[in-house]
Amino acid sequence: MTRQANRLGTDLVAGARIDRSKSIWFTFNGRRYEGHEGDTLASALVANDVQLVARSFKYHRPRGFFGAGAEDPCVMVQVGVGAETLPNLRATQVELYDGLVADSVNAWPSVNHDVGIVNDLMSRLLPAGFYYKTFMWPASWWTTYEHVIRNAAGMGVAPKQPDPDTYDHMHIHCDVLIVGGGPSGLAAALAAGRTGARVIIVDEQSEMGGSILASRLLVDDKPGAEWLASALAELGAMEEVRVMPRTTAFGHYDHNHMGLLERRTDHLGPGHDIARQRMWKVRAGQVIHAGGAIERSLVFAGNDRPGVMLASAAATYVNRWAARPGQKTVIFTNNDSAYGVAADLADAGISVQAIVDLRVEPGAAALEEASARNIEVLTASCVVETRGKRAVEGVTVMKLNDAGDGVVVGERRFDCGLVAVSGGWSPAVHLHCHAGGKVDYDEIQGCFVPGKTLEAARSVGAANGQLDLADCLTAGWQAGTNAAADTGFRKPGKVPKGPTATAVEVSPPRHVWIIPAKPGEENKVKRFVDLQNDVTDADVRLAAREGYRSVEHLKRYTTLGMGTDQGKTSNIPGLGILAAELEKSLPDVGTTTFRPPYTAITMGAIAGRYTGQMLEPVRRSPMHHWHENHGAAFEDVGQWKRPWYYPQDGEDMHAAVARECLAARNAIGILDATTLGKIDIQGPDASEFLNRIYTNAWSKLAVGRCRYGLMLSEDGMVMDDGVTSCISDNRYLMTTTSGNAASVMGWLEEWLQTEWPDLKVWCNSISEYWATLTISGPFARDLLAELCSDIDVSNDGLPFMSWREGTVAGAPARVFRISFTGEVSFEINVPASHGLGLWQALMTAGEKYGITPYGTEAMHVLRAEKGYIIVGQETDGTMTPYDLDMDWIVSKKKPDFIGKRSLGRADFLRDDRKQLVGLFTEDPLEVLPEGAQIVDDPNAPIPMPMIGHVTSSYLSANLGRSIALAVVKGGINRKGETVHLPLENGRTVRAEITGMVFYDPQGERLNG
Amino acid sequence: MLIIDCPYCGKRDEAEFHYGGEAHIVRPENPSELSDEAWAEYLFMRSNTKGRFLERWVHSEGCRRWFNMARNTANNEVEAVYLMGETPPKEVSK
Repeated sequence: MTRQANRLGTDLVAGARIDRSKSIWFTFNGRRYEGHEGDTLASALVANDVQLVARSFKYHRPRGFFGAGAEDPCVMVQVGVGAETLPNLRATQVELYDGLVADSVNAWPSVNHDVGIVNDLMSRLLPAGFYYKTFMWPASWWTTYEHVIRNAAGMGVAPKQPDPDTYDHMHIHCDVLIVGGGPSGLAAALAAGRTGARVIIVDEQSEMGGSILASRLLVDDKPGAEWLASALAELGAMEEVRVMPRTTAFGHYDHNHMGLLERRTDHLGPGHDIARQRMWKVRAGQVIHAGGAIERSLVFAGNDRPGVMLASAAATYVNRWAARPGQKTVIFTNNDSAYGVAADLADAGISVQAIVDLRVEPGAAALEEASARNIEVLTASCVVETRGKRAVEGVTVMKLNDAGDGVVVGERRFDCGLVAVSGGWSPAVHLHCHAGGKVDYDEIQGCFVPGKTLEAARSVGAANGQLDLADCLTAGWQAGTNAAADTGFRKPGKVPKGPTATAVEVSPPRHVWIIPAKPGEENKVKRFVDLQNDVTDADVRLAAREGYRSVEHLKRYTTLGMGTDQGKTSNIPGLGILAAELEKSLPDVGTTTFRPPYTAITMGAIAGRYTGQMLEPVRRSPMHHWHENHGAAFEDVGQWKRPWYYPQDGEDMHAAVARECLAARNAIGILDATTLGKIDIQGPDASEFLNRIYTNAWSKLAVGRCRYGLMLSEDGMVMDDGVTSCISDNRYLMTTTSGNAASVMGWLEEWLQTEWPDLKVWCNSISEYWATLTISGPFARDLLAELCSDIDVSNDGLPFMSWREGTVAGAPARVFRISFTGEVSFEINVPASHGLGLWQALMTAGEKYGITPYGTEAMHVLRAEKGYIIVGQETDGTMTPYDLDMDWIVSKKKPDFIGKRSLGRADFLRDDRKQLVGLFTEDPLEVLPEGAQIVDDPNAPIPMPMIGHVTSSYLSANLGRSIALAVVKGGINRKGETVHLPLENGRTVRAEITGMVFYDPQGERLNG
Repeated sequence: MLIIDCPYCGKRDEAEFHYGGEAHIVRPENPSELSDEAWAEYLFMRSNTKGRFLERWVHSEGCRRWFNMARNTANNEVEAVYLMGETPPKEVSK
């Protein structure tokens, strides 16, 4: 095959933006092709006469290039291989680089022979809402259907390996942000830049210029490219101006917060060691939307054959890339803009067979351009069919009647491989709408234009419905001047003139939303509205008749405007058809909501550097490295890394935990409890404050004493628990669960600041300042006595639930006699810098007692043996203190505390609430899975009534059997009864409801 | 993302703040004297206003202080900020 058979020579296209001297080789669907520097994948494929690029989503119909940029609905490709592959890129937006590898998506086994085309043959059976109608019943089969549907509707393939590239997040402020580097945007940037304002101008394409790159327009009486070069040179020399090509403004958020995605190496291919993409978060003083307009198609029979292309796209391929999209063409239009395209194509040697215009009276200037090139213009006419196998080979044209709903007898046939269509222009109002901007309907242009905005923003140029170049330049210049002035930048002296162009008179377009087919064929033809999702005019009308009259419902039901292009070319025609069917005006039908992002952005850019180890801060105790050096397995508790268990000599987790649990009850266990939340609470009203925060009474807690407290939220549900100690008069140390330290601190502050500002109380988070080492077991007191000479650690000197200040192994310490194991236990708090030293001292001195470090798993087992709850494990935000069988901790005397009133609500007194109990399995070695459901009657028909679930479950080495905590409806009064637990594997386990305290029920071991 | 004018620190990104729901919901003096209905009203019922809304915010990643804000929920305009315990400034009091 000829290399670049469709590349136009310099004799035909002089100013193309490609470097013909530089060849680039790339692979598409397994074949190698040649392109040039400056090409996109699309333009290079056009130049190589590759027409069939993709398959449509539902019917798998062949699809070719329809647009030339972000608007193209069809040509999705997978680019790159391995870890760096990106799925679902538009070929029209992929810049060519040497060695690029791309493949079609949604086609199997290949785009030329796609078995999914069988859907097309069945399309009579696949009307709008087909999936909803067919796969709704029976509901339980949905998961099966979904699997098949998802496979059939395959998009590209996500890479399976971790992304090797880096992505950055950038934050920046500016005075004026300009979206779009076309004539309007550049004029605005020049005006604003000259005032000295900080200006950012972005454009999604590889270079600035917008429509100038794709046309032969004159600016300031110079060729557009010349003016563009001088404008960019001037902007480049301005210190406060940042020009950002390859940067998509994807979202406009509240208060002029803008999201930009800058692609830095995608156009170079893999193997670059700078960040691949940057996500810019911009706070702009003023925003100027100059993102241009998107051409629409016309809805006519056979309009989805490859070879049917937007007129502007055809001109862009020719003018910008010297790529010929066809040798013979018919132009089909409802407005004047396509006449310029006809001229461009004709001048590039493409044979323009005819211009088919829906209107009776095209503009005078437009007609002149056609007649100067001897192009036949067929007015009041329409294309009633396209012909061809895989691609267009010809069209049939008929006269349109006055009403636009039928044709007049007599047809003309043309041979052509390209149908360049223009259905008018829709301003890209997307970003304007993201931030709550409204749109107004422009009856004449048949499009929505930006209306009221909530932001310090304005839309100009084609993005504002101004299609004439002269208007765009004037409006852009004005907008740049005004936006800069609004942020305080004004150039003194006379306001200089901006760039100019010659204005062109145009005639208004004619809007015919459904182009009639040949007489008698109305029900046979397919007219596509949405080329990506295969939505036809018949689908839209059917949905309307079935009652989907709201445009938002229509969208979900037919999938019109969904998918990766979000209906950039199809929205307005779809709305026009819906409006006609509902006999409403188009603005009364309204438009769907525009939401960010404007075009897809990569997950990598969203994640930025917050991946792997950078995802979240990691908190480690001062003893962390000791744990590491002694082989600890770690568990994440919030941001903390906590030792989970310490396996020795090839032990598995089960063996290690059993050994640790036995040591804590028979020798000494030592636990790193540093992660406990610690809040220093001070002030004359501190005890009153605690009274209101906790369910129990605090007024009488003496200095040196500790008390366990339960915190409820105002709805009466258990929120947190912990021990609080009286440090001195008006000073308390509150401990919280490790995971809740920050939220409890916030909770206390909220009440103090918002509800009780009269209380003189101050809270300070001191969790990190202290290391907490807990020793537990029958020899714990002996060990402590060895290392601590200034505290009487005897049962009388330091009774249970008290604390003393002193020195332990030379470190200043607060020693708390509290227990989460049920053994004699001391929580030794030392300044964090002493943590490791004390840990080592305890390990050394404790060796003769068999001191054994234990992790969180053993801690859980030991506390469960004693029936101590863990908030967040036994509780789930629906458990009251009564449900936990903890009535004893709820003060009857206090007039009020947070949550008290809720405890009196009728629902809380129901006796069939789920209540915390113990469970003994019939088989003592059966360890129930946590979360297992509990039923009374395992033979009950499904859905089986469930009466509770297991909250904690372990094998207890100390008891030689399994134990479990569970919540059971009315469980507190059902002790001794048998319940059943049907497990996932089909087995049902029997268990007896017991009390919660499995070990040492009398609590005799607490005092040693 | 909103720009919020913390009365203690000045203008900051919304990301530094946490939302605290409707403002001026006063905890009843004697909850025990309330009917279940009246308590539920205090506990659960909040207005869902389109337009000016008085709400609480906390500058959780800054000075950690609570304050009140009048925000138009229809367009996210911040109309006023004022301290905890203060009544809304005249221009935003209905």
